[in-house]
Amino acid sequence: MSFVRFFLLLAAQIIIFNNIDLFGYINPFPYILFIILFPVNGNKQLLIITSFLLGITMDLFSNSGGVHAASCLTLAYARPYIFKFSFGLSYEYQTIKINDSLTPERFSFLLLSVVIHHFILFILEVFQLSSLLDILFRTIIGTIFTLLMCVILIYIFKPNKR
Amino acid sequence: MQQIFNFIFKNSHRLLFLLLLLISLVLTIQSHSFHRSKVISSANFLSGGVYERINGFSEYLNLQTQNEILANENARLKSQLFNIKDSTLVPSLDSIKGVDKVNLIVSKVIHNSYNVYENYITIKGGEKAGIKPDMGVINSLGIIGIVDKTSEKYSTIVSILNKKSQINAKIKKTNHFGSLIWDGKNTGFVQLIDVPRLAAIRKGDTIVTGGQSVIFPENINIGTIDKIYIDNQTNYYTLNVKLFNDMTNLGHVYIIKSKDREEIINLENKTKNE
Repeated sequence: MSFVRFFLLLAAQIIIFNNIDLFGYINPFPYILFIILFPVNGNKQLLIITSFLLGITMDLFSNSGGVHAASCLTLAYARPYIFKFSFGLSYEYQTIKINDSLTPERFSFLLLSVVIHHFILFILEVFQLSSLLDILFRTIIGTIFTLLMCVILIYIFKPNKR
Repeated sequence: MQQIFNFIFKNSHRLLFLLLLLISLVLTIQSHSFHRSKVISSANFLSGGVYERINGFSEYLNLQTQNEILANENARLKSQLFNIKDSTLVPSLDSIKGVDKVNLIVSKVIHNSYNVYENYITIKGGEKAGIKPDMGVINSLGIIGIVDKTSEKYSTIVSILNKKSQINAKIKKTNHFGSLIWDGKNTGFVQLIDVPRLAAIRKGDTIVTGGQSVIFPENINIGTIDKIYIDNQTNYYTLNVKLFNDMTNLGHVYIIKSKDREEIINLENKTKNE
């Protein structure tokens, strides 16, 4: 399931979402849904390796060195801590389904993940601290846009309840 | 010893994270420096191939505009051809003893980026078609960029919409030189810096490539002057140049294969070494 998602999200990102160019330079990055929706109790090493592969493939297609790889890796590494922050300490004992109806906890988890990913992404992409304002602006607009896409995608592909 | 293994095993995901993060940071820093890595670029087999497929579909969507552009160019070239007064005079302009100075390779843009500070374009055609790094790329309206990396079948181009690109350009009317850069703000405008103050310029003047670079031949269109600023620190003009090209919509391009280039570079290297 996760691996089907890996390729589908990557393909959708490269073919559709990389060509949206809102205001000429803002693209949503819903491909990070792969990291967000990875099973909560899944293998940590596997998540980190696949996140790296996901990011480096994005870099391959957008000529950006290791920008996406670094931000995806950081998100994958920080994921357990965001879980703890959003759902409380006991998250490991219950099975959290992220792709379910949107509660405040789930939303805060999504928001934090997207902000962390985008902030690191744009810092590394712009790569000069003198344009910090531009980095923040891109992060904020990008986050709103990505969040919107993520929520829509989650609602469309919600697994059937049995 | 046991403890070391225990430590590695316990923190394996952390160590893995640090290792991979180091790799990606090295790649990032490399991508921002002048010598970019050849591995992570869209000129390679995988991404080049995918972009070619995608382009195959999206090409149909603006087939009409591309046709119009090509037809216009044809008309212009035909009118040039018919308006030649004395056909014996013409070849001597650009060639010596029947050898053309400049050769063009036709190619097609398969991926175009313009939404970050460092933009690259991917085109079809690479070493097999005779494309080599540092060749100039133009289309019928003006300049587009310089070839960066090539693979067997694809090449990447440093777009003029790239903060690292710096191209020699001049004002057509007065022949004053400057450097063409991009400030990363608007895809329709680039900046011409270091233009001397004694240049008599006006809004609307045409900017063309200068003859100092061996990459582009002289007098290829770039754009028109939109705004004129005076740089307080250096007392040079900084000009905002409106591009003739719509960099967000590129189709067919020409790669300039200058025959003088190798000769000039060889000569310069020889002079330096002595």
